[in-house]
Amino acid sequence: MAKSQVTMTINGRSVDALVEPRMLLVHFLREQQNLTGTHIGCETTHCGACTVDIDGRSVKSCTIFAVQADGASITTIEGMAKPDGTLHALQEAFREKHGLQCGFCTPGMIMRAHRLLQENPNPTDEEIRWGISGNICRCTGYQNIVKAIRYAADKLGGRLTKEAAE
Amino acid sequence: MNDTSPTRAEREAKLEGMGCSRRRTEDARFIQGKGNYVDDLKLPGMLFGDFVRSPYAHARIKKIDVSKAAALPGVKAVLTANELKPVKLDWMPTLAGDVQAVLAGDKVLFQNQEVAFVIAEDRYIAADAVELVEVEYEDLPVVIDPFKAMDPKAPVLREDIKDKTEGAHGKRKHWNHIFTWEIGDKAGADAALSSAQVKVKELISYQRVHPSPLETCACVASMDKVRGELTVWGTFQAPHVVRTVAALLSGITEQKIHVIAPDIGGGFGNKVGVYPGYVCSIVGSIVLGQPIKWVEDRMENLTATAFARDYHMTTELAATKDGKITGLKVHVLADHGAFDACADPSKWPAGFFNIVTGSYDIPVAHVSVDGVYTNKAPGGVAYRCSFRVTEAAYCIERAIDVLAKKLGMDPAELRLKNLIRAEQFPYKSALGWEYDSGNYHAALRKAMDAVGYQKLREEQRQKREAFNRGETRELMGIGVSFFTEIVGAGPTKNCDILGIGMFDSCEIRVHPTGAVIARLGTKSQGQGHETTYGQIIATELGIPADSINIEEGNTDTAPYGLGTYGSRSTPVSGAATAMAARKIKAKARKIAAHLLEVAEGDLEWDIDGFRVKGLPERAKSMKEIAWAAYNNVPPGMEHGLEAVNYYDPPNMTYPFGAYICVCDVDADTGYTKIRRFYALDDCGTRINPMIIEGQVHGGLTEAFGIAMGQEIRYDETGNVVTGSFMDYFMPTAVETPIWETDFTVTPSPHHPIGAKGVGESPNVGGVPAFSNAVNDAFAHLNVGHIQMPHDGWRTWMAAKQAGLHK
Repeated sequence: MAKSQVTMTINGRSVDALVEPRMLLVHFLREQQNLTGTHIGCETTHCGACTVDIDGRSVKSCTIFAVQADGASITTIEGMAKPDGTLHALQEAFREKHGLQCGFCTPGMIMRAHRLLQENPNPTDEEIRWGISGNICRCTGYQNIVKAIRYAADKLGGRLTKEAAE
Repeated sequence: MNDTSPTRAEREAKLEGMGCSRRRTEDARFIQGKGNYVDDLKLPGMLFGDFVRSPYAHARIKKIDVSKAAALPGVKAVLTANELKPVKLDWMPTLAGDVQAVLAGDKVLFQNQEVAFVIAEDRYIAADAVELVEVEYEDLPVVIDPFKAMDPKAPVLREDIKDKTEGAHGKRKHWNHIFTWEIGDKAGADAALSSAQVKVKELISYQRVHPSPLETCACVASMDKVRGELTVWGTFQAPHVVRTVAALLSGITEQKIHVIAPDIGGGFGNKVGVYPGYVCSIVGSIVLGQPIKWVEDRMENLTATAFARDYHMTTELAATKDGKITGLKVHVLADHGAFDACADPSKWPAGFFNIVTGSYDIPVAHVSVDGVYTNKAPGGVAYRCSFRVTEAAYCIERAIDVLAKKLGMDPAELRLKNLIRAEQFPYKSALGWEYDSGNYHAALRKAMDAVGYQKLREEQRQKREAFNRGETRELMGIGVSFFTEIVGAGPTKNCDILGIGMFDSCEIRVHPTGAVIARLGTKSQGQGHETTYGQIIATELGIPADSINIEEGNTDTAPYGLGTYGSRSTPVSGAATAMAARKIKAKARKIAAHLLEVAEGDLEWDIDGFRVKGLPERAKSMKEIAWAAYNNVPPGMEHGLEAVNYYDPPNMTYPFGAYICVCDVDADTGYTKIRRFYALDDCGTRINPMIIEGQVHGGLTEAFGIAMGQEIRYDETGNVVTGSFMDYFMPTAVETPIWETDFTVTPSPHHPIGAKGVGESPNVGGVPAFSNAVNDAFAHLNVGHIQMPHDGWRTWMAAKQAGLHK
């Protein structure tokens, strides 16, 4: 199959690649770019394990073609920590609040939470629950994920009380 | 001692041992996208396998033409049953003593059954080739309703065994019959029922559901033809068992097979069995000499691998008119699908369903189970429960509520009247188990107090009156569930898988600097083993958990184990871990005595080392002892500091709990709002409270999904109508209730650290709590038992039946 040229920025790095027009973005990221942190859980846009950030929006990368992301700026879970290894507040929060178990939904969940906190820096628990309702977790029952996002929001917003930090 | 030396509390805290909410060590990689799941694996020359699946539930295969597929550029091979037959791999044994078609030969027996396996250079070409395989079918009449499986005119499903009158578990009474399993005192149970002052009888069905871990099943098989060695990476909850099965099936000697389970994205029982995808990948790699990856998609996962439940339980309870239960009788019709691929210990075709007397002192009981074949996917796995325990718990807990309604008694009162009393432990049940420990009344009373049970009942009474006055359209329900689990399989005297006893193992090595590597026969799928096993060793050996690495899943390095399912990791491998650590500690004591030049008896253990009794300043820390183990051991002692333990548990463990659910059902829409859910768990000694709470949250959410909406449903021609997350209910953060957790601690008397296991309790106890709550909302109306799942349609129908719709 004839290939198409795509250019995009992935985690701040400029990428030029040849892809089949039918290649899904998630396969492009995982198999061509070796960014395997983005996962596939359902292939039908329900579970959100493949969520990445594209030009300031949460996108389920299993349901768009790589060619549709031509020219886009993409952030995946691998782009969340600082180059020196410092974790993003959300990454730290998920560990601190036990917001993950098997870890399979975690990258998508963190990427969605990241965008949610851009859209709404101080969400209520109810808003967090609606905000991540496109992402399925089979292990945690969400309660600690909500806590983790709340914790990260408070930390990023300078509202973290001493008790919450403990 | 000077002022800068750490206090005892500081030394203790530094260990991060048992009882502390230690943050998880495995999280560092998962939060950065650096986990290593099977589909992340990439090997040079790796090919990709994909299945051609049957669109029919029951059909004869007239012809398979693979020529177009094989001719597609990039396709390396197409396997059908014909290719597998010469190497005797067209069929494979199941864990339940049956056989299963790897690729369908003469006919297909369920929709989406594997018919051909295409191997291509990438997954896109493989998918193209799947479309090019032409299969000619002649469809046959189907058996979908298990109650019709043994009709005299029912079609023969399994032609391969149609004349066999004996199955793996005794006599077969019909060509679609698999086994009858019976236990207990039939005459006694019948007598109790016939002489009962009050009796109830109800068909309680537990619908077919699916574990659906977020990561589907997958493997990569790689045959090195030069060395004659096979490596298989896979989503294996029991990697050692897979290795042994692979050796028996392939003829490759077991030391040349390397089975590796890397990170697993949830299992819940889905990843215990051996599936056609694994066999085909292995065969393909042996033939082609290249690595082959196979990854299920979600539809394949939901429709072809490992369903759970599908138990139809006709339940009879006998009681006195003041509510003392005098007998129990249950007959189960078990729908096993097209092949009996249940994952139970070999001698237990219905798992531990005989825990069905539950938490109650029932003097006499009888259970019989008939397994039947239907045109549905094989499975019957223990989905987040010990084998058939959640079915049993649902059966008795629902039946207790049915009895309470008949007696006009409060369901919690009826439970308190019949719960096994604390002084009766160890308790021998009428169906043969010996419950290790419990304090049931204390747990239920604590739960009732916590939720304000009497006040809730009063509120319910008032709300029903308000409903009658037309002031509300909501029906309030209160669901109580008191469950007893039976986990930690199990004693090798009665538990084995394919003849291998269900012990489990741990090997610990202490390095010269006092750091530790420990390897186990179990395999975490999210339970946090790398954290909790480290805590056990930290407490036992006085070495900080941060200096302890836990490794599982590599069968070359880990000692043989039976894997993780049935909440067996803590009860069995957790025990092995403590026992291996104690062997090391015994040697460390000898070394310490040698270093301190005292007799062993003069030493006592103190948090992180040994000290001389009465002279606490004369001490040797484990760190010092570890160093000495490699250069200064007592005369005659071998160097090194390591131990292995294979633990054969003397009994199962019996975690228990009391759950209370409060719901409001909208009579007009059928929508059920879970207003409150309180869960009290007693899992014995608690190793990591944070992880326990997380496990309970997760299990309750799965229970919520099952009770309130999940069903793998088939239409009358055998089409699966719930084959994606569009149709199969997956709770999101929005629907999922907020969980309140609580606990009591009743240690297991026979476990080295008193732990019982917890991961599955919330699924087992949660389902009946939800179902009892919904049923309780209708308890004052004449609707009878309402079957799960309690989706809006069913509750709306119940309201309609009750005459609530004008």
